[in-house]
Amino acid sequence: MKKDKTQKLRSLFVGIGLIAAAGLILAGCPSQQGMMDTRDAAQKVYVAPGEHDEYYGFFSGGYSGQLSVWGLPSGRFLKVIPVFSQDPETGYGYSEETKPLLQTSYGFIPWDDSHHPHISQTNGDADGRWIYINANNTPRIARIDLQTFETKEILELPNTGGNHASSFVTSNSEYVIGATRFSIPYEMDLDVPIDSYSEEFRGALSFIELDPETGMMNMGFQIIVPPYNYDLGRAGKGVSEDWVFFTTYNTEEAHTMLEVNASRNDKDYIAAVNWRRAAELVRNGHGETMSAEYYHNYYEGNQGFAINDVKDQVTVLTPEDGQEFIYFLPTPKSPHGVDIDPTGEYIAAGGKLATVIPVHSFSRMIEAIENRDFEGNVENIPILSYDATIAGEVENPGLGPLHTEFDGRGYAYTSVYISSEIVKWSLETFEVVDRIDAYYSIGHLMITGGDTKNPDARYLVGLTKTAKDRYLPTGPKQNHPAQLYDISGDRMELLLDFPTIGEPHYAQAIRADKITQNVKQIYEMEENDHPHALLRIADNRVERDGDVVRIYMGSTRSHFRPDNIEGIRVGDTVYIHLTNLEQEWDVVHGIAVKGAQNSEILVAPGQTKTLKWEPTRTGIYPFYCTAFCSALHQEMQGYIRVSAADSDVSLAWRTGTN
Amino acid sequence: MTSIKNLLTTFIFLVLAFSLTACGGEERADRASQPDTQEEGLTEFELEHGIGPITERITLDDELDPEKIEKGRNIYEMKCEMCHNMQGRMVGPPLAGVTETRTPEFIMNFILNPRENIDRHPIGQALLREYLTQMPYQNVSEEDARALVEFMRDYDANL
Ligand code: HEC
Ligand SMILES: [Cu+2]
Repeated sequence: MKKDKTQKLRSLFVGIGLIAAAGLILAGCPSQQGMMDTRDAAQKVYVAPGEHDEYYGFFSGGYSGQLSVWGLPSGRFLKVIPVFSQDPETGYGYSEETKPLLQTSYGFIPWDDSHHPHISQTNGDADGRWIYINANNTPRIARIDLQTFETKEILELPNTGGNHASSFVTSNSEYVIGATRFSIPYEMDLDVPIDSYSEEFRGALSFIELDPETGMMNMGFQIIVPPYNYDLGRAGKGVSEDWVFFTTYNTEEAHTMLEVNASRNDKDYIAAVNWRRAAELVRNGHGETMSAEYYHNYYEGNQGFAINDVKDQVTVLTPEDGQEFIYFLPTPKSPHGVDIDPTGEYIAAGGKLATVIPVHSFSRMIEAIENRDFEGNVENIPILSYDATIAGEVENPGLGPLHTEFDGRGYAYTSVYISSEIVKWSLETFEVVDRIDAYYSIGHLMITGGDTKNPDARYLVGLTKTAKDRYLPTGPKQNHPAQLYDISGDRMELLLDFPTIGEPHYAQAIRADKITQNVKQIYEMEENDHPHALLRIADNRVERDGDVVRIYMGSTRSHFRPDNIEGIRVGDTVYIHLTNLEQEWDVVHGIAVKGAQNSEILVAPGQTKTLKWEPTRTGIYPFYCTAFCSALHQEMQGYIRVSAADSDVSLAWRTGTN
Repeated sequence: MTSIKNLLTTFIFLVLAFSLTACGGEERADRASQPDTQEEGLTEFELEHGIGPITERITLDDELDPEKIEKGRNIYEMKCEMCHNMQGRMVGPPLAGVTETRTPEFIMNFILNPRENIDRHPIGQALLREYLTQMPYQNVSEEDARALVEFMRDYDANL
């Protein structure tokens, strides 16, 4: 252990003197650079042209609101799945089918901040059927179907401010969880002074039931908890699979200048919730129904328009004395992550301001509960004693430990923000055995196959907050990096460093074969149940009903039918229902209409999508296929004639007769 | 994976074909007009009945099956008609009379495996040169293809 740690930190944070000073209190060995021989590293991440990666990586888009998909280990970018933000590239949030997905009790919201993707699980292993992801700002959870890589469902969470401790699923996808990061008054739209915080504000922990066949969400119940900030969560595994854990900070109950006011207590809490017991209490009538307004948006069939199912009630469970389904575990200090090892026995918290990584023991926690080893209670939630639950404290973890994942071989890997490194430590000795730099300021990290009972633990990805000089400069703002490390050996080794989209918070990676076998190549025309689908090309037509005009259009290489349309008037609302009649993988057509205040709409093979257009000027409007679909793609075009509001040009459409 | 391999094979084939044309244009041109089975690597059966999953003659009843005709018509309207007219050229060739010029096996193979027939079969190659769009596989089963043949037979019988 060398003593040149200040030197080390300074070189890391050139010009950030303050943080370098903070480095003075760091004890322990400095991180290694850990870059393996460049040729070896290149070999390890090389995936030959035409070959496929071994893993899918799903990276949250952070403030892009989306979910990006990557091949690992190559770092190949595969796709952006639009989730909480409109995406003009695909027409998501612009087409009539997808717009309802972005409806909330606050109206249509074109953006959100997506944080933690989590793959559905069976027996504690990722099963690759769906992936859930949370919206932090206007609290929601989305479900993405991994057969089509499309967002199929979005559920809004009532009584929640900042859904950050989300969207983690339990071992058999019984529940996906959410929680309030910013406590708020939980009666609907309560208008109270902000300084009534301690009396009027509360937190809510949400338990959303999942349908085992469809993955569909249903707001099960919410637990009403003291007005702290509920930051992150994880479901237990194995021995602890009936439990979920949330971190809290701001047990000070500050509502202003939290930076200072919420950093006073030496310890905050991990909330341990026995969800099975809580659900049983709710089933036995201990919950209370309260009014709430929240949206549940989903598709009823294979295709068509997403619907808005507006809910007006939610079941809440307020802990009562003796109910024994939720406990607080004191843990140092303003913890961020709470992570459960593959056996379910160890609960590691990442105290942003702590000098150690506390590792709690599930079995000791159960013992302490049985022995009534309580220090007190808040709002009928027993507080266990720190000593009774702690299994070990990892010393010298660096400054600002945040998140931990496990390799299933007895080691844990914790991201450390301020000293910008990853530390590897033993679950047996609770000692740091290796550390490596992260570029720069690492947030979450993830292990391939991680947060399951059986991690593959070939690679680790660190998701960092600033790139600075890592890539060619692209102006004052650089994209956020991800770094891929080989963790198959004793020492971590850096293999690859690549920019991502948005701000990836958490990510998950799963063996590709768990997904590829189910991926759809087309939407089968026979299963197209869209109410405005064009199932026979011969039925292409234009219909008028008052001011509403519906164009039933088909596309194939390389024409639209119909492609000449007349009789549209200024003031009409025109819906172009475009069915892509192709049945071949990856043959996509799009449509764009001059002057339409909308995006293009991209239509996958066998799919029907709707472009809404309200022409405001008379004239001839060309439209064309936006996807280069064949050699004659440039010929794929048409004209729509728009006449004055009072014109008597009659509705007509045709194709193929000049 | 297999489709990727197919793509690769196609690609390699195209590159080869291209380099051949580039080196010996004239010789190549006449070969195309009188295809050499050895060269194309096609069997006698494939030459007559197309390349694909149908590798044996099928038996057709003289009497047409109205159920199959109806089914074939529905598939045609959903999956073929945007490119084909029965009468007159469209994106693809007119299909009237096709049961007289081609065997049912050829038609089925063409529908079930258009890409390979366009790439490797002299008839497919000639059609592609004329129509310049590759007919896609439209996600039809063997049974569907059989029904389509029935539909076309019925159409041709009533010409
Ligand atoms: C995207 C347009 C397109 C679609 C859809 C399409 N075809 Fe074709 N078809 C073509 C083209 C073009 C050709 C000529 C070969 C080529 O260039 O690929 C062709 C050729 C054929 C031939 C060969 C004709 C001959 O003279 O040998 C048959 C048979 C045929 N199509 C039947 C069908 C059937 C049945 C369907 C529906 C299942 C269908 N096609 C769907 C474009 C299409
Ligand atoms: Cu097109």
